[in-house]
Amino acid sequence: RTHFVRCFSVKQTSFRRPALVEDELELSAVRHRPEGLEQLEAQTRFSRKELQILYRGFKNECPSGVVNEETFKDIYAQFFPQGDASTYAHFLFNAFDTDHNGSVSFEDFVMGLSILLRGTVQEKLIWAFNLYDINKDGYITKEEMLDIMKAIYDMMGKCTYPVLKEETPRQHVEVFFQKMDKNKDGVVTIDEFIDCCQNDENIMRSMHLFENVL
Amino acid sequence: MAAGVAAWLPFARAAAIGWMPVANLPMPVAPTEKNKRQDELIVLNVSGRRFQTWRNTLDRYPDTLLGSSEKEFFYNEDTKEYFFDRDPDVFRSVLNFYRTGKLHYPRYECISSYDEELAFFGIVPEIIGDCCYEEYKDRKRENAERLMDDQEDNKDAKLPNMTFRETMWRAFENPHTSTMALVFYYVTGFFIAVSVITNVVETVPCGSAPNMKEVPCGERYTVAFFCMDTACVMIFTVEYLMRLFAAPNRYRFMRSVMSIIDVVAILPYYIGLVMTDNEDVSGAFVTLRVFRVFRIFKFSRHSQGLRILGYTLKSCASELGFLLFSLTMAIIIFATVMFYAEKGSTSSKFTSIPASFWYTIVTMTTLGYGDMVPKTIAGKIFGSICSLSGVLVIALPVPVIVSNFSRIYHQNQRADKRRAQKVQKARLARIRLSKTGSSSAFLHSKRNGLFNEALELTQLPYKMNLSDQGSTEDEKRLSKSTSLIESQHHHLLHCLEKTTNHEFVDEQYYQQSYLEAGLQNYPSRSPSLSSQDGVTGSCCTRRSKKQHHTPLPNATAPAHMQPLKHTHTHPQGLQELSTIHIQPLSTSRSSLNMRVDEPAPLNCQSSQITTAIISIPTPPVTTPEGDAHLPAAPTLQNVVKVSAL
Repeated sequence: RTHFVRCFSVKQTSFRRPALVEDELELSAVRHRPEGLEQLEAQTRFSRKELQILYRGFKNECPSGVVNEETFKDIYAQFFPQGDASTYAHFLFNAFDTDHNGSVSFEDFVMGLSILLRGTVQEKLIWAFNLYDINKDGYITKEEMLDIMKAIYDMMGKCTYPVLKEETPRQHVEVFFQKMDKNKDGVVTIDEFIDCCQNDENIMRSMHLFENVL
Repeated sequence: MAAGVAAWLPFARAAAIGWMPVANLPMPVAPTEKNKRQDELIVLNVSGRRFQTWRNTLDRYPDTLLGSSEKEFFYNEDTKEYFFDRDPDVFRSVLNFYRTGKLHYPRYECISSYDEELAFFGIVPEIIGDCCYEEYKDRKRENAERLMDDQEDNKDAKLPNMTFRETMWRAFENPHTSTMALVFYYVTGFFIAVSVITNVVETVPCGSAPNMKEVPCGERYTVAFFCMDTACVMIFTVEYLMRLFAAPNRYRFMRSVMSIIDVVAILPYYIGLVMTDNEDVSGAFVTLRVFRVFRIFKFSRHSQGLRILGYTLKSCASELGFLLFSLTMAIIIFATVMFYAEKGSTSSKFTSIPASFWYTIVTMTTLGYGDMVPKTIAGKIFGSICSLSGVLVIALPVPVIVSNFSRIYHQNQRADKRRAQKVQKARLARIRLSKTGSSSAFLHSKRNGLFNEALELTQLPYKMNLSDQGSTEDEKRLSKSTSLIESQHHHLLHCLEKTTNHEFVDEQYYQQSYLEAGLQNYPSRSPSLSSQDGVTGSCCTRRSKKQHHTPLPNATAPAHMQPLKHTHTHPQGLQELSTIHIQPLSTSRSSLNMRVDEPAPLNCQSSQITTAIISIPTPPVTTPEGDAHLPAAPTLQNVVKVSAL
């Protein structure tokens, strides 16, 4: 079922109503129009036709032109019916919402996708690092990684084989840190991360997995 | 999966890049988009009105007519459009369903024509959106009732092979069917009336004999009245026995209200026959005669209105109950007040609180017999308050009962509500099923889909080897299995499984494995071994092949078996599980084994097969099915290269 998105936007309302605060939040009928096709074409690596297809899908789900976190979570959760995708979707939302204004506009969406689908391996790795680094301080700590890992395992849901145990995410984090944290200082920096990934065949190969998605 | 959300699938797949650095296992291969079409507009010509939409829009619901290949039957080559000879107005709703994912029911539309159109286009009505669902259900119910009424009218036509018993029952239930039934109907009615009148006249004082005081007629003409009574009871007994004989479900008949009334009507007579003319019991005997008045209720078989009244009262039971309760409260309050107010006055009739109940009731219902009146001033004040409030309290339930009566008159509420509730449950179940359908679809396709993916993989290297016939066959099978979007979605879920090293299973397997794991008591393993254990843990017991094993560069001889070999190890404890799991896959696995027999220069050309040579600490414990095709010595594979370590 599609959702009819109730979008509250804090950014770029094309008209303001002189109303009460609550009214403004409720009624600010958002009309966010993306930049022109040519500009987007220049900024991203998508062709015109691909941008058209993307925008049509985007606008269909979000008629107002922006996605807020709740809708984002809803949409993402539809792909993982067995588990709970909301935490991971939250992290994803933060990764896409580059200007941190609480909503993802079409430009943010397309920029993100451009990196993920058409970017160089380096760019993709930087994006992934950005995703893992929850507080954006340049370091991935074990706690951050544990959060991410739990979020990923949450998406699996309950009915898995073998049965998910409590310590599985933690163990997975340990493995990850053993792999990535070269100087064993308890955090993974971006250089360590990129370095290590580039040396790993599996990861390199998987980076190319979704290239023909559009 | 929902309609518009399919448009976000590319996004979801792109976001999966976030899992890649975390995963320890290689990812499965993405489904290729063979002959990917550019999205095109298609024209749907419905009785002359042309609708246009994207092909992808229609593909969102592959299990409907427009979403599947069924629409090809309607393709018109000359005009290059799809022609449907159906109602264009209803088609608007159908097409909007594809566009928005919500099915709406327009009010002006006839319910049966709408249903027909939905059935034609293969759309289940249960997915009508909440905004329109109530309306749809109401209309549907009305229609069903109308049909049922029509059917009942037609039931009067006598069916050819009815047993005597069934004929009799029908005659009893519906007196208009035959003349015999009508005669019977009137005769019983007459005798009921006679019986009631007899009971009444019995008590009237007849003229007295000169030297006797006035006696009721019953005692004067005892014999006559006795004969009359006997005759009526005879008739009633015979009628009851005949009904009992004809009833299709005797037990249910005996429990029904009408039969109880019948029994109560005739029982006093028989009890009276049995009992002797004893002084002690004659008092009780007289009481029994009261029950003879119940014969009046036998009239309800003859009167529809009486039945409806009875039904109304039954259905208003809760409102009446509430009324009674509030009345009781008020009575008690006022009676108490009056009693204490009148306590002081002399020769007061208000001797106790229960005695004051009578006064309160009479006052509240504005009867005012006057046999009990308050004498003190306080008593009079409270008495007036009592009568005023009584008016209000009594006035409350009347509109309720009236509205109930009219409501029942217009529709049979209760039976329909029950039916609707059942349907509501069914509807919710169906919606839930379609929602969980996506998850079970993944599990389902895992069993079939991997087979197809394996085929897909083997196709490329085998292209030179397989005959054209074979490959097209496979292609057909592939294209038939899952739509592209579904296969991409499944690939996404597959990647997640790989990342976390766990598999999706359905409820029952989960319960099983949970129980068995609980029984086994695993020692928790140290983190350093976790990857290895994870690898061994991922014994794909339920799935056929992983295409992720490449043969060793050197070990070509047995290695050609490897790519499609189902090598998996079982952590010791869970071995039993494999026996349970494998059975459903026997067909696909065996056929895969067959395919493996072809000589394969696969090794060198498999650029698509990702590398991971899984370490196998123990020799591969293949399924207890007995994988006899394994000539290769397992020991050759002990290359310990566990993914990224």
